[in-house]
Amino acid sequence: MAVAESEKTSTDTRKRRTITQRDARLGLWLMSPTLLVVLVIVIFPLLWSILLSFQRMRLIQIGRADFFEPLTLANYQRVLGSSAFWSSLGTTFIYTFGSVVLAISLGLLAAMAVRQPFRGRTFVRAAYLLPYVAPVVAVTFIWKTMLNPQFGIVNVIGQSLLGWDEPIAFLSQERGTWEVLGLEIPVRTALLTTIAFEGWRYFPFAFLFLMARLGAMSGEPEEAALVDGATPWQSFRFIVLPQLMPIIGVLAVLRTIWTFNEFDDIFLLTGGAAGTNVASVQIYNYLTVQRNVGAAAAQSVIMALVLVAMLSVYLLILRRRGERV
Amino acid sequence: MTTQIVTPPSEVAAPPQQRPPAAGGRHRIQSRVFGIGRWVVIAGFLIATLVPFYYMLLLSVKPIESLLRDPASLIVKPSEFTLQTYVDVLSPVASGGQGFGRFLLNSAVVALGSVALALLIGIPGAYAIARLPFIGRRQVSGIFLAAYLFPAILMAIPLFVGFTRLGLRGSLVGLIVVYTAQTVPVAIYMLRNYFETVPESIEEAGLVDGLGRIGVLRQISLKLAMPSIMSTGLFVFMIAWNEFLFALLFLVDRPGRWTVSLGLSQLSGSVEVPTTVLMAGSVVLTLPIIIIFFATERLLTGGLTAGAEKG
Repeated sequence: MAVAESEKTSTDTRKRRTITQRDARLGLWLMSPTLLVVLVIVIFPLLWSILLSFQRMRLIQIGRADFFEPLTLANYQRVLGSSAFWSSLGTTFIYTFGSVVLAISLGLLAAMAVRQPFRGRTFVRAAYLLPYVAPVVAVTFIWKTMLNPQFGIVNVIGQSLLGWDEPIAFLSQERGTWEVLGLEIPVRTALLTTIAFEGWRYFPFAFLFLMARLGAMSGEPEEAALVDGATPWQSFRFIVLPQLMPIIGVLAVLRTIWTFNEFDDIFLLTGGAAGTNVASVQIYNYLTVQRNVGAAAAQSVIMALVLVAMLSVYLLILRRRGERV
Repeated sequence: MTTQIVTPPSEVAAPPQQRPPAAGGRHRIQSRVFGIGRWVVIAGFLIATLVPFYYMLLLSVKPIESLLRDPASLIVKPSEFTLQTYVDVLSPVASGGQGFGRFLLNSAVVALGSVALALLIGIPGAYAIARLPFIGRRQVSGIFLAAYLFPAILMAIPLFVGFTRLGLRGSLVGLIVVYTAQTVPVAIYMLRNYFETVPESIEEAGLVDGLGRIGVLRQISLKLAMPSIMSTGLFVFMIAWNEFLFALLFLVDRPGRWTVSLGLSQLSGSVEVPTTVLMAGSVVLTLPIIIIFFATERLLTGGLTAGAEKG
């Protein structure tokens, strides 16, 4: 009996192991098309770009380039030594920080406003997502037309109703002054406009995820607080917001990565002119105007390293906070 | 604040520094401000999101002269209403139009091709990550994520070269391959979430019945995951339809193969094409996306935020 029992168990485990092994092999097979595409179209070009950043390479030579060109640090010296790089880095920081904060704040505000059910809520929710789903070329064109100094609706209304002396060239004026209570505050008009655009276009992304989190949240702690006489603001500040913090953290990371690498929006709105020359647009110019592949690659690698450094600091702060709580 | 619930009533009344009437007053004022403010915020966001699209629609049915004559007008008078802008923008270049009909066809081919390819390779991949214990299963997502740290333009340089050599640059097929590679990681993320919610016992029943893994995937999991596959497909469609950078880099010197996005961006720089005609082009570009979006909003947003509820 005992012998038969142990024999049975051993065939069982053997059978199970072969099933697991077969599943594992099948898993790799099913995964292989994805891996192949990502490897060929994403990973391999990335590695090649990193290699190119260490080689002298003009766009015109690249047709007959091979991997074994001599290595050099000249591209990095050139990029790091140019003042254009540092100013573009600064612009990218301002742009990224402003856009991420604005988009997440607006998303939070919108999500809190439509939190309680009301008639037409489904429509309102869908309408709020429009800027995010609409094609970037179309929405940038609409904005450019609305902000047009000659016939754009914003300037027309600004001049007739708000008493502007002259039209504002929102997308081509580098610096302007704002008069607030007699004070003249210098502002970077075009950069602020692109940040406003980013806030408009990407608040729906934050809105969507915050709505999902709010919907899954238990209402009990808030009801208890209400019974205890907490004001709506206190209940938001001390009960709702802490529960949203993890998802806000994730949103901040994702939006930082995407905004830092953003190309389409700025390229289509201003073309990088008027003090909006963020890094990715400058890389595009290195590539297409100066036709310097090596320098373009070098600046991309530097920007990726800066991004990694930023995210590491952020994760460090997050972890330290997590330990304290 | 919450600790008050468990304190005996006698103690609640005792400390005078709590000032219940004042707190109550503040409470009432705040509630009222929040109650009104909420509607102001809702309306404000509605205006901000809808007015630009209304403006697009408005300008697309006006002749350019009437826009220049009265730029402040936010309505279209019946006398000026025209659809000539759409005729102009859609008809082929040979007959004096802007050729957007052709661009629409190109965009449709690229977007549908990307959806088909992304699903074809994404579904098996997602199933594998959800169910099958292969080596490196955990690392796969990390690799995908790392690739997103680099600007897309960095990948564009070698792809530009490689595709030129293969003769794929300037072809719609090349664009489909790139879009597939860009969307497959997200597609896998969305699909995997769903495959994981399919009870394993159902699949095991299929395995016991002798279906085999592939049979289970095809006859059970795939059918159960249909809503999620739909929403993933729509998501890929939107990304491919809206994409701009790679279309610009690969196709800019081939006007016959421009997508709608590329065509609009190229023509909006020139002064010869009236703004109202280009607005009609914007409507043509935006409308398919908005129709799909409103028809499937729930499906789509549910698929994207599937992981967010857990916090």
